[in-house]
Amino acid sequence: MFPAIPNPPVTPPAPKFGEADLVRRSASEVTPPATRLTEVAKLIDVSKCIGCKACQAACIEWNNLHEEIGYNTGFYTNPPDLTENSFTLMRFTEWVNPETDNLEWLIRKDGCMHCADPGCLKACPSPGAIVQYSNGIVDFVHENCIGCGYCIKGCPFNIPRISKVDHTAYKCTLCSDRVAVGQGPACQKACPTQAIVFGTKDEMKDWADFRIKDLKSRGYDNAGLYDPQGVGGTHVMYVLQHADKPSLYAGLPDNPRISPLVETWKGVTKYVGLAAMGFAVAAGFVHHLIAGPNRVSPEDEAEAEKLAGGKPT
Amino acid sequence: MSRDRTRPIIMPNAVPAAVPADVEPGDAVHPGKPVTVDRYSGAARINHWITAVSLVLLALSGMALFTPKLFFLTGLFGGGQWTRAIHPWIGVVLFFSFMGLFFRFWRANLPAREDGVWVARISDVLGGHEERLPEVGKYNAGQKAVFWSMSALILLLITSGIVMWDQYFYSFTTIEQKRVAILAHSIAAVVAICVWIVHVYAAIWVRGTLSAMTRGHVTGGWAWRHHRKWLRELVQKPGRRTPAE
Repeated sequence: MFPAIPNPPVTPPAPKFGEADLVRRSASEVTPPATRLTEVAKLIDVSKCIGCKACQAACIEWNNLHEEIGYNTGFYTNPPDLTENSFTLMRFTEWVNPETDNLEWLIRKDGCMHCADPGCLKACPSPGAIVQYSNGIVDFVHENCIGCGYCIKGCPFNIPRISKVDHTAYKCTLCSDRVAVGQGPACQKACPTQAIVFGTKDEMKDWADFRIKDLKSRGYDNAGLYDPQGVGGTHVMYVLQHADKPSLYAGLPDNPRISPLVETWKGVTKYVGLAAMGFAVAAGFVHHLIAGPNRVSPEDEAEAEKLAGGKPT
Repeated sequence: MSRDRTRPIIMPNAVPAAVPADVEPGDAVHPGKPVTVDRYSGAARINHWITAVSLVLLALSGMALFTPKLFFLTGLFGGGQWTRAIHPWIGVVLFFSFMGLFFRFWRANLPAREDGVWVARISDVLGGHEERLPEVGKYNAGQKAVFWSMSALILLLITSGIVMWDQYFYSFTTIEQKRVAILAHSIAAVVAICVWIVHVYAAIWVRGTLSAMTRGHVTGGWAWRHHRKWLRELVQKPGRRTPAE
């Protein structure tokens, strides 16, 4: 077993990271910190998950969320989708493996992946509403959020949700408040099978290797780590039995990347657009300087009087 | 002043003719020194200025969300949350207000024979050589281009705007559709702002134009210089005069 993270000391420790450790801040420039923190990661071993939803309950409890009383949609997945009160969600998929003819129950804990290249942060128009720490955690800062929902369009994993109550965006924080004092995320703490483990990203990769070897020895030839490079790698990773087909797991993107539409909108459109507007204004000034005002001459007025004056008034 | 478009007006030495498409209700010539020509009714002007104010507010609030460099503009609207909330509603005002303008002006903006020549001689237009241009009706080809491009852009903006108006319409479209909408919305907005810059600049450059949209009338000389065909039509139609005359 992976050694459990020890309980916190009784005396409150100083936070291990904060404002000084930002590597990215939405709609603003930051000077990268001189010393970077060690990258952390949460590893979710889907093969060890029993679908108990302890992580969901722990998340709601730690973050003091109040999910609405739901309804039965005929699936174990409950609520049926992530909400502003459910930062994480067990997604259940029943799949018949065509090679073995076995029914496989694939249970994936969905939630923010904490991308190294976060689409939400790139799409965000509000300075400081989304931040990325040098340890890899991507966090929403609610007092700066304007509720526009651009993060939803930026996210390759369809994670953020806008609250209808305070009109700000919510998602998994990777328990940044817990990690800051040396604890693992609440979901990790609650997981009874240690399907969720937390540590440095390197440790998690090593642990994943160990797990993948174990799975391969049990006949899961395609077992592997889900750490998609299209978004620069993630700080929430999965061990999948069928890593060749991530989309089996309730539509986990096979090759996630920030949508080219979002890249175009936030990239070339912004620069070309501003340049075009600036050019239009500049062209007006230059034209006015060169051509001068287009004035009506006294002759024009006289012609008009001749034309109109002949008629009775 | 009411007008019957179908009733031919009989004039001495003239064949009966229908009212030309570019003569709008309220257009009239008042002989005098100088001649004044009524160009926009009070209702049309109010309609125009509601549209203008909405468009400027939309441009400011939209630009604030378009680029971080201009995010400070949200301060004009009471902060980011207010800007996000109010921008779509101003868009609704603009849409209906512009629809009013569209139905007022579309007939006068239909293409005319002289438009092609006007466009071909665009360098004379920019050089201010009106004498080398064909006589044009109430609107020249440039004004028509502004009218039709704004019509198309505003239709595109309201459509894409509703797709990305998450507060009320989130569940009706997919995220991918919203991404298309947001890209289309920003490009259409950039083009619309450029068209607006051309529109405002033309009104400033061509002196004597602004009074058409403020006081409602222009001088006869202005009409003679820039919209001579329209002026001739107005002079030839006694029905266009005010009853006091």
